[in-house]
Amino acid sequence: MIEIKNISKHFGKLEVLKQVNLHFSKGECVALLGPNGSGKTTLVKSILGMVLPSSGEIFFDGKSIFKDWHYRENIGYMPQIGRYPENLSIGQVFDLMQDIRRDFKGEKDRELIQSLQLDTMMDKKMRTLSGGTRQKVSAALAFLFNPEVLFLDEPTAGLDPESSLILKSKIIQAQQSGKLILITSHVLSELDQLVNRIVFIQDGNILFNDSLEELHLFSGKTNLTEAIAHIMKNRHG
Amino acid sequence: MGRIIKHILADILRNKIMIAYLIFLLVASLSVFNLQDTAVKGLVSMLNIIIFIVPLFSMVFATIYLYNSAEFIELLVSQPVRRTTIWSGLFVGLSVALVGSVIVGFGIPMLLYAMTAGGITILLSGIFLTLIFTAISMLVVVSTRDKARGVGKIIMLWLFFSLIFDALVLLLIFQLADYPIEQPMILISFLNPIDMARIMALLQLDISALMGMTGAIFRDFFGSTLGIFIAIAAMLLWIAVPYLLSKAKFSRKDL
Repeated sequence: MIEIKNISKHFGKLEVLKQVNLHFSKGECVALLGPNGSGKTTLVKSILGMVLPSSGEIFFDGKSIFKDWHYRENIGYMPQIGRYPENLSIGQVFDLMQDIRRDFKGEKDRELIQSLQLDTMMDKKMRTLSGGTRQKVSAALAFLFNPEVLFLDEPTAGLDPESSLILKSKIIQAQQSGKLILITSHVLSELDQLVNRIVFIQDGNILFNDSLEELHLFSGKTNLTEAIAHIMKNRHG
Repeated sequence: MGRIIKHILADILRNKIMIAYLIFLLVASLSVFNLQDTAVKGLVSMLNIIIFIVPLFSMVFATIYLYNSAEFIELLVSQPVRRTTIWSGLFVGLSVALVGSVIVGFGIPMLLYAMTAGGITILLSGIFLTLIFTAISMLVVVSTRDKARGVGKIIMLWLFFSLIFDALVLLLIFQLADYPIEQPMILISFLNPIDMARIMALLQLDISALMGMTGAIFRDFFGSTLGIFIAIAAMLLWIAVPYLLSKAKFSRKDL
């Protein structure tokens, strides 16, 4: 569904992505892991068209994404830090997003708005919201248009345990209905039950790209955190 | 594009600083027109407010608004929208709010107290200056990642256009006092939209005699239909060039 071919990106002298090749298909739940500054957000942003790679190509459903924007109709993106126009209320932000995707014909998925209890505070201004509530808004927006692909950047980092569980069950449900889900995170234990493939990036290179079982075999550890720590240590050693 | 403008505008119009700007212009115009005994005197006072405050406020407001909207712009870019649509939406949204304030804050009192060719020229100058300096701010913001540096550049640009440029022109005039420099002065005034606005307004206020020989030459040029068309074309270029450059930069920018 998404094909990444030889993507490189440098900001000035700094090489953030080095000849990355990846393929994601429907029904997968992929965890994009890596230390801070490893290039994982840059990779996600490249697929979203927010960062233009220095070289290489990206295909969405077989079509190149460069100079195209319609493919984004199929993507729901939950950013790491969701900031919105400060003077708008939550309700107005939802109106704005729905207005932007006015051409959307399918059925909207409002489940998270209710389960995260956003419907009770639609009149609150964005500037008065806590970081966690903003994340809830971002999450509800990402799922709203029932997209085939979901990009979740640190989805549970700022959420309280209850909302975190709600979001996780929503992610599982989305995966079961055949959507492609891409999660970046460094809270590894959160992901254990969700993901079926792990891509580990460090310094712009892909160090590991395989299933969870393979990772456990490869590192000899059963716990995801330990397994990742093992890869990182061996890399440095 | 309309769908984005609508929401950006709703956001800006709720901004308290924007409302303060509108009230400031309104209070300034009303008090000036009520205090001065003739309409022309009132207009001259307003001209000075318009050519200093309007560029400064438009630039500072647009710059800070754009920097504060960085994450929101990022979110929009991840949506199925063209980047150029987002950028033009921001430009139109900012312009409508800022121009609207000038029209309501200065235009309406002017129509009530001093509806003359001079008054209308000052209003048009205010509108053009708003658009020009909004466009310049967009170019500065898109080429400067750091907010403090961007605001600094904006203040420097304002100082340049409203003070330093005139000082340089004065220096030039004194240095070249022995030469016929009146004609080139017209060309030089095109390099600064604030000067252009001021000259056009002063000519309409019939006080160009105060400007001596240069005033007569200006009168000949800016008083003719052709001259006015050229001046308006120059103003439009001042809007279009920075805006189109900023748009081209934005569509290639990494967010």
